[in-house]
Amino acid sequence: MSDTESVGDAGFDEFVDALADGDGYYVECANGHGSLPPRRVCPDCGSTDLADAPLPETGEVATYTKVHVPAPSFADDAPYVTAVVDFGPVRLTGHVLAPVEDVEIGQEVSVAVGETETQADPLLVFEPR
Amino acid sequence: MTKVRVAGAGITEFGSHPERTSRDLFAEAGVDAIEDAGVAREDVEGVYYGNFMGELSEHQGHQGPLAAEALGVQAPATRYESACASSGVALRQAVRDVRNGEADVLVAGGTERMTNLSTAESTEALAIAADELYEVRAGVTFPGAYAMMATAYFDQYGGTREDLAHIAVKNHANAVGNDRAQYQREITVADALDSPAVADPLHLYDACPVTDGASAVVLVSETYAEDHGLDAGVAITGTGQGGDRMALQDRENVAASPAATEAAEEAYADAGVTAADVDVAEVHDCFTIAEVLALESLGFFERGEGIAAAREGKTTRDGDLPVNLSGGLKAKGHPVGATGTSQVAELTKLLRGDHVNSEHVPSARVGVAHNAGGTVASAVVHVLEVVS
Repeated sequence: MSDTESVGDAGFDEFVDALADGDGYYVECANGHGSLPPRRVCPDCGSTDLADAPLPETGEVATYTKVHVPAPSFADDAPYVTAVVDFGPVRLTGHVLAPVEDVEIGQEVSVAVGETETQADPLLVFEPR
Repeated sequence: MTKVRVAGAGITEFGSHPERTSRDLFAEAGVDAIEDAGVAREDVEGVYYGNFMGELSEHQGHQGPLAAEALGVQAPATRYESACASSGVALRQAVRDVRNGEADVLVAGGTERMTNLSTAESTEALAIAADELYEVRAGVTFPGAYAMMATAYFDQYGGTREDLAHIAVKNHANAVGNDRAQYQREITVADALDSPAVADPLHLYDACPVTDGASAVVLVSETYAEDHGLDAGVAITGTGQGGDRMALQDRENVAASPAATEAAEEAYADAGVTAADVDVAEVHDCFTIAEVLALESLGFFERGEGIAAAREGKTTRDGDLPVNLSGGLKAKGHPVGATGTSQVAELTKLLRGDHVNSEHVPSARVGVAHNAGGTVASAVVHVLEVVS
């Protein structure tokens, strides 16, 4: 048995670490489709010819909500604004570091890695530009 | 290929029954369905059982055999899990197995025990239907995901919280006489608008409740029904299933549910009907916005027009196409794994004329059930028709 506290999620953890270091990437297939790791096969076309490509520095808010009723692991974070942000080849989901009144679809944001207030877990965050 | 009849239907009272085990809930629904069908218990050749979160709510996996045993049925049983579409998927497999001659009598159903968990625990449990790495870790709750679909819908097509409130009001009104429903009471648009925010723009009255309950239907082959003189005048004539990327962020347009469109197209083609032939529908309104997306995917309304359907009276019980005459998930309740087969159980009764709301659809011949999993990464559609 492993010590579950120390077991990570291979592929995903490296993705988050790189994002935190300002070296964000996504997975690109030979036909130019984007996806997120861990990935062995392109979900769009089935290509297995995959390589990491740099994540564009900014993306646009595709949709968002202000969550008032959180899951327990976000109890102390609520209320918070969650958004899906379109970076072109891929979209990412995280918290927008702005009041909901200042968030709108199409808004340009950059992505970083912060942590949750409740459990200090890594958290994707978006900062308006 | 033999045809499939719904010989019997059973549903427990949906509501808050925190102390009742899944096995007890399913026993009630399943026994009612078998008695309603008038089939011999020993003729049942399999139990196809939907359940979503038994591991989390009652520390119980592998519920298939428990479900069969609860009915006194000695036959193979399998638990299907496809989030909120669990029993819809179970039913689809049963329909296909009767059709292809593998079996003449099958029970399809499902159960969920939920209210023994706290609100925080059930919020966390429901979130496991989303992508753990990319959505749950970003704080996306189940209401939060549908809220983002609503935000995108409003942005693309317009719509207001008041439009959504009319859907909740309609479904509550339909549940008033339904003794299976969790909330047998009317609400007003003002009640809905004034309820607390859950995830903007969705408020408490846009959301289905947390519910305990079970449902079951007995499927038989047409031959079996005729040989045994069963009164089984409703057939399942179409079945379809669609899929989509798991996470909202991986969908091209989150203001639509293409998996349900695929499922509907397949089910309509299977039955040889079109959306225009449908007289009554039960759709998966886990949130008010979900009913809007369902109406558009099922082809009842153009994209962007489903939002006004309830407000304009088109889907109310006196409208051209009554939707969710049972009360829907909103007012009937949503015991996740039981919902898919409960929709088909309700539709069967609506079509055969012994549902409290059958009077609103006296000449209905074609009904559609739409059951969705997660944010519609899974969707199942069934077409029911009156055959006698």
